[in-house]
Amino acid sequence: MGRVYLPATLETVFEILSREPSARLFAGGTDLLVRSSAVRRNEGSLVCLERVEGLSGISESDGAVRIGACTTHGELMAGGLITERFPILREAVRHIGAPAVRNMGTIGGNICTASPAGDSLPALYVLDAEVELHSAKGQRRMPLGRFISGPGLTALEPGEVLAAVWIDKDQGFNFHHFEKVGQRKAMAISVASMAFAAHLDGAGSVVRARCALGSVAPKVFTSQALDAFFAGKPLNEETLGAAAALVREGVSPISDVRASEEYRRTVAGNLLMRLEGARAAVR
Amino acid sequence: MKRKITFILNGSEVSIETDPALRAVDVLRQDLGLTGTKEGCGEGECGACSVLVDDTVKLSCLMTAAQLEGKKIVTIEGIARRQELHPVQQSFIEYGAVQCGFCTPGMVIAAVGLLTANPAPTREEVRDAIGGNICRCTGYQKIVDAVEDAARKMREGHSGG
Ligand SMILES: Cc1cc2nc3c(=O)[nH]c(=O)nc-3n(C[C@H](O)[C@H](O)[C@H](O)COP(=O)(O)OP(=O)(O)OC[C@H]3O[C@@H](n4cnc5c(N)ncnc54)[C@H](O)[C@@H]3O)c2cc1C
Ligand code: FES
Ligand code: FES
Repeated sequence: MGRVYLPATLETVFEILSREPSARLFAGGTDLLVRSSAVRRNEGSLVCLERVEGLSGISESDGAVRIGACTTHGELMAGGLITERFPILREAVRHIGAPAVRNMGTIGGNICTASPAGDSLPALYVLDAEVELHSAKGQRRMPLGRFISGPGLTALEPGEVLAAVWIDKDQGFNFHHFEKVGQRKAMAISVASMAFAAHLDGAGSVVRARCALGSVAPKVFTSQALDAFFAGKPLNEETLGAAAALVREGVSPISDVRASEEYRRTVAGNLLMRLEGARAAVR
Repeated sequence: MKRKITFILNGSEVSIETDPALRAVDVLRQDLGLTGTKEGCGEGECGACSVLVDDTVKLSCLMTAAQLEGKKIVTIEGIARRQELHPVQQSFIEYGAVQCGFCTPGMVIAAVGLLTANPAPTREEVRDAIGGNICRCTGYQKIVDAVEDAARKMREGHSGG
């Protein structure tokens, strides 16, 4: 029978992992405990991170916001700092599962699962998030884009724990939009999703833009060429049509039970076209 | 490999010797005999196993028994106040929001969780709150009506039925 540890400090987590390298970490369990059948749950030990000091909650320091890895999606949505500074992140996690799943699932779990459909990920890319990793040897930081290398693949080393996500406080965006296409409204894993944020000048032209798409490539799709393409242009049909074409060319979706490759490619481009309406709605 | 787990269940402290790798839903139903909490899917998709953990709605099929330690757990058995139904339960009856009843415990827990955090939800917020609870019978409208009615009752200060 497997054990379940409920450590209170990272030091204890590292001790357990050095003694039992095969022990599996979990936070909310909404990915891990779903995938492990009752039988598999009993194969090895589990280490629950929910009570580890320093892994939960949202704080501010040195011009940046630190979100503890075990902060739940529900806590993120309720956090005034997130709503005020990073509305696109709030909007993205609002689309995850249903309330009970958001009350359990964590931002750290969403990142470490590294699913191409992880809903917080496009928003975190747009915000240039960094991850803070801890192990018995010390800590390191790296951009999220480097941490996730493919579906289910991260730079997490054995014995290492994701402790937090860092986002610069001043993003300088004054327009943002998140949209997810799923098979139904609640509880649907996305077929394609898009996070877009921009600084628009008084005339409505893009000064700087960041765009990231989920579920349309092995990892979140971003493109410097695409971001640069927006500069100096208004978010009108012409700009967005050309951007949509860039996206349809650039993405590399898969076909699965939820959608075909072709459908995903089309939807990815269509998501760009939605920006015109989103822009009109806030003008 | 049993372990002693102590927590507050429906207002009273309980201590049980159980396998911490079991799911919370199994501990509640089998070890403690509280079969009001249902298991529908066992995968987080249906909401039938919802319980309140420190006043927050969670899914007991995705929790290990170990995580009950030190928590305040409320199951459907703890929602009524002694002999008096909770306004949500009363409204479910009045509005015909219960048919086969399998989803009802989870629905009631989701509604109580919502109304604790947000006493005056919009219809859209009510829909969102029960968005993870599947009902094969009612078509949801009567459930949403019932939750709205319960919110009204609670705002007007009815303690129960
Ligand atoms: C019904 C249902 C609906 C869902 N809908 C959505 C959805 O719409 N969108 C979406 O994006 N996701 C969805 N999910 C998936 C899941 O809820 C999210 O990915 C969630 O954020 C995972 O967080 P968790 O804490 O529960 O992860 P866990 O299951 O606890 O962990 C997931 C993985 O990450 C690792 N891990 C977790 N935390 C750490 C850490 N701090 N350090 C190192 N490793 C860690 C674990 O070892 C495990 O491999 C859904 C799940 C369910 C059950
Ligand atoms: S049994 Fe837990 S969500 Fe279905
Ligand atoms: S009343 Fe039968 S499932 Fe809801």
